[in-house]
Amino acid sequence: MAKVTFKEDICKGCQLCTTACPKNIIVMATDRINVKGYHPATVLEMEKCIGCANCALICPDCVITVER
Amino acid sequence: MAIVFEKTKGLTDKETHYCPGCTHGIIHRLVAEVLEELDVLGNAIGVAPVGCSVLAYDYFNVDMHEASHGRAPAVATGIKRAMPNNVVFTYQGDGDLASIGTAEIVHVAHRGEKITTIFVNNAIYGMTGGQMAPTTLIGQKATTCQDGRSKAHSGMPLRVSEMLATIDGAAFVERVSVHNPVEIRKAKKAIKKAFECQIKGEGFSIVEVLSTCPTNWGIAPTESLKWLEANMIPYYPLGNFRTPEEA
Repeated sequence: MAKVTFKEDICKGCQLCTTACPKNIIVMATDRINVKGYHPATVLEMEKCIGCANCALICPDCVITVER
Repeated sequence: MAIVFEKTKGLTDKETHYCPGCTHGIIHRLVAEVLEELDVLGNAIGVAPVGCSVLAYDYFNVDMHEASHGRAPAVATGIKRAMPNNVVFTYQGDGDLASIGTAEIVHVAHRGEKITTIFVNNAIYGMTGGQMAPTTLIGQKATTCQDGRSKAHSGMPLRVSEMLATIDGAAFVERVSVHNPVEIRKAKKAIKKAFECQIKGEGFSIVEVLSTCPTNWGIAPTESLKWLEANMIPYYPLGNFRTPEEA
């Protein structure tokens, strides 16, 4: 059981987190934009998250908090 | 559930001005995490450079000082000599450290000043608009070498870590990268060792961090990570060049 939380409004949509996720569950939310005007990163299938924190490790903007 | 990763107290709440995907943000965080883990946030003094990271003083949650272009090691020398019990570091890019600041970085190592330098090498001038840096790779395009850097005209790219490792006063010299989570973890370990080297008074320590510049490279952030791995690491090999035992 693990969970990642994105502070969506500070995401710059760079997609680096999508390259680091071993489960490939991070996607860009193309149905919405944040205050900066980017599609923020999000996870749709949270039950697949293993809480490895790779996404948070590569995020340049400290968008992600990981719980496990 | 317990929190296994959250933003370090070593960074302020201010959002960075860096472009999307710029790895400066990762490197800032690693330095801040190390300072927090070493419990020196209240004791550290950073010196910001000129370049994209000129506003680093807004982001690090420690006392910061701004230096003129390339002179961060000289300013840090003064701070460290006046306050030897504080942990003093400079945060510099390749335009700052490897070009206008070569005299300062060579002589801070030569004197063995007990400071730590975080050297961010992205092979280009960022803030000023993508000009060729001493570290720009052969064939790499920049606004001042639009057909790609040529050896005949500009020489070979400068390998700063290898150069500094020849100097006796440089106690710790290591080159790391931040293009994937494995390398990011290694980079943090190196940065921690560098600060520990300073705290033990063993001499000058520097960590060169290979970084991306998606905007001025003209490549998407995720592709920039691959470009770094494919092009920069062959010329700038990762690894330790000097530890205190050898110095």
